[in-house]
Amino acid sequence: MRRMGYGHHALIETLHSIQESFGYLDEDALRYVATTLRLPLSRVYGVATFYQFFRLKPKGEHHTCVICVGTACHLKGATTILEQLEQRLGIKPGGATADGKVSLLTARCLASCGLAPAVVLDGKVMGKFTADAAIAWIQKWVAHDT
Amino acid sequence: MTLPIRVRTLKIDDRDVSAREDETILEVARENGIDIPSLCYLEGLSAVGGCRLCLVDVRGVPRPVPACVTRVEEGMQITTNSERIVKYRRMNLELLFTEGNHICAVCVSNGRCELQGLAQSFGMTHVHFPYLYPQLKVDASHERYVIDHNRCVLCMRCVRVCDEIEGAHTWDVMGRGIEAQVITDLNQPWGTSDTCTSCGKCVHVCPTGALFEKGKSVAEMLKKRQFLPYLKLMREEHV
Amino acid sequence: MIPEELEKIALATRAEQEALSHQLRVCTGTGCLALHSDHLKDSLTSVIKQRGLEQSCAVKGVGCMGLCALGPLVAIQPQSTLYQRVTVDDAIAIIDHLDTQPIDHLLCPTDIPFFQRQHKIVLENTGQIDPDHIEDYIAADGYTALIQALTEMTPSEVIEQVVRSGLRGRGGAGYPTGLKWSTVSKVRSTRKFVICNGDEGDPGAFMDRSVLESDPHRIIEGMALAAYAVGASEGFIYVRGEYDLAIKRLKTAIRQAERLGILGKSICSTTFDFHLETRLGAGAFVCGEETALIATIEGQRGNPRPRPPYPAEYGLWGFPTLINNVETLANIPPIIRNGGDWFAAIGIDHSKGTKVFSLTGPVRNTGLIEVPMGMTLREIIFEVGGGMTEGHAFKAVQTGGPSGGCLPEQHLDLPVGYDSLAQVGTIMGSGGMIVIDDTASMVDVARYFMEFCKTESCGKCVPCRVGTVQLSNLLGRFTEGSATAEDLTLLEELCDLVKQTSLCGLGQSAPNPVLSTLRYFRNEYLAHMAKGVATQ
Repeated sequence: MRRMGYGHHALIETLHSIQESFGYLDEDALRYVATTLRLPLSRVYGVATFYQFFRLKPKGEHHTCVICVGTACHLKGATTILEQLEQRLGIKPGGATADGKVSLLTARCLASCGLAPAVVLDGKVMGKFTADAAIAWIQKWVAHDT
Repeated sequence: MTLPIRVRTLKIDDRDVSAREDETILEVARENGIDIPSLCYLEGLSAVGGCRLCLVDVRGVPRPVPACVTRVEEGMQITTNSERIVKYRRMNLELLFTEGNHICAVCVSNGRCELQGLAQSFGMTHVHFPYLYPQLKVDASHERYVIDHNRCVLCMRCVRVCDEIEGAHTWDVMGRGIEAQVITDLNQPWGTSDTCTSCGKCVHVCPTGALFEKGKSVAEMLKKRQFLPYLKLMREEHV
Repeated sequence: MIPEELEKIALATRAEQEALSHQLRVCTGTGCLALHSDHLKDSLTSVIKQRGLEQSCAVKGVGCMGLCALGPLVAIQPQSTLYQRVTVDDAIAIIDHLDTQPIDHLLCPTDIPFFQRQHKIVLENTGQIDPDHIEDYIAADGYTALIQALTEMTPSEVIEQVVRSGLRGRGGAGYPTGLKWSTVSKVRSTRKFVICNGDEGDPGAFMDRSVLESDPHRIIEGMALAAYAVGASEGFIYVRGEYDLAIKRLKTAIRQAERLGILGKSICSTTFDFHLETRLGAGAFVCGEETALIATIEGQRGNPRPRPPYPAEYGLWGFPTLINNVETLANIPPIIRNGGDWFAAIGIDHSKGTKVFSLTGPVRNTGLIEVPMGMTLREIIFEVGGGMTEGHAFKAVQTGGPSGGCLPEQHLDLPVGYDSLAQVGTIMGSGGMIVIDDTASMVDVARYFMEFCKTESCGKCVPCRVGTVQLSNLLGRFTEGSATAEDLTLLEELCDLVKQTSLCGLGQSAPNPVLSTLRYFRNEYLAHMAKGVATQ
């Protein structure tokens, strides 16, 4: 915020930094940002919920699985992968498993269409993926942690 | 030094009218007694051009333009009631009806609602599209007022009056698309808002029964909007 | 930075490169990185070290080479050997075979149309230079256009060249770039801004990402030229938040340029100042719309506002603002270097130069391609793209993403240009080109794009906010097989409403995928109605 001179336009960059450090935007953080940048609370909340990138809830503690649902991936069966994962993990995109270990997310397009369907597991882009492979990875995560 | 404001002449529905260059089509039409329906527009607040009910045709422009935000130009030829314009307005109004849960018979604003009034003036007897029946909440946590999201048309009048006139900016919009919703502060119950001054301006500018005073029953909510042009006028005199 | 200094760097870097007997270029674009090309680069480097070949061989990471489907790719220069699907285990073999016959089973033929039919202007450096080294860019004639403009040309002469080039905006709408520049330059103001729109939101397109990752200095040079031409001294590059690598490389590039005095105060000892910053997008397709993009940079919700006033007059914080897309700006340095007429000689009437497409779907060579305007769709898909993969038959090609349309086989011989595509019901768009095979249902494709627009609608105007939901539900009835004849009428009426009365480009173009599939694949809609079953 200091870098941007506490201007109102610093809001989005500030939210980016907070999310990078804490993983999500909690109420205290939003309140703090609003006070410091002298912005209305509702405005800060409105901005934070407008953009798909910002999360107001903590993500899965350990692992994230992002499924690309861009056009190329959709045509190559990304939707099936997503459905199977939803079923398997019992969560919807944007949610985390009950034990908080794995979060499932979707992305509009990872711009890796040559590798469709693409999946990002813990920040690593994996191409030409299948639902079975994704489930195998998740099982490996869970097994590793316990 | 300010430049003198120039005058423009134009045609609305084949009638010659004159206007100041800083006026919008809607303002000029209303001065001349030409009716253009509108919903999100309210005199005294900034215009957003969101409801798409004040659309008019301008000769030479392929798409209809919103009259509330389009400034007049010399020689403009405007049609306010062509067949396609009327059709578009009506369809957009129908979409608004499908979006919320507008049940006039149980509404505090029945008989005094702008949305209902528009439907009547369009002679709208039924809606062509399926209703979406969203699950929306009613927040009655405020001491004096209630917000019923089922009746909200997202005109943003409350957001604008709170920010531009009252200066509190308690209201804003969260989410986007069909999930957009007006909120107070950090999407918390209205009654717990620290910034709300309980001035009630939002309640009185609301075109429907979404915002109303507690204790009002069906068709009892009378909205007083006269204050707005006065407030604006007084402010301008002191600038 | 003065012209002589620039030349010194260029000469020194070129001499260094010529001293090498082998230069191994490893693709470090996102596609190949996903296949661990970073490890490959490390092991190649360590093998060279072990063999003591540091004097004659060097490994460098370069941007995307285009053939993402065959990655990771390694090119060896000056021998022009190209290896495909290289793994870490191949590193030793590659080094051992440097001076002998290339390894057969890894070899990727370079005499195929994929390489020969392309015409690279925007992508001339991608896959050639190391994006993290400004010297590499300078050695490839980088920043000469800027220095030439600053020392030899007036701003209006720069605009003149851009006008003559006939360049049109590559972001989708195809507005003439020269006209935009001259409009902004004519507005009088104490402050002006230049914004590079890198919010590539079209799902299935990754041209801008590749350019930003592979050749970030080209965008900086293009923006500096634009700023000089219109009289701006501040600029922003707006990049999607998801593009981590692009942002990192851009930031490095800006720092390097500042250190060399190519950005900052009194550039090239002239009175021209230019400060450049990056801004992160946070995931909103609508921010590709100019007024929404401005709102985002101002720190607000990305809601578009009615135009006029246009950003050229009333833009960022109310000041005149020039907004150009990444690919548009990437065309600027070569235009200034070679003159507008050179550019205008490439392409066809009203569509000059080249266009970068990201070709995806069941074609052999998926990846990034750059072809001259006027090439037919058939040539792009069946020659450059290498045709359909085995077992797939061509059904349609989709251009323009959620704002574009699908074209059937009968239009394959259409020369690609802004106007020709518009005539048949689609748009050039930003360059996504998705080939669809006979197993896909066109109604499903239309529904997919409508779902996309529904979730991306900002919610400000009624036709887009509610209309896209209704459209998507209606299309759902078709895919389920429960649609009636009234639903078809309603679908068409609603498409017209959303197209005609929405506030911004997102809503106005949202019905295009439906309209174009209704036009060319109407029987599929009818089939869903009559039989009462979905082909899914």
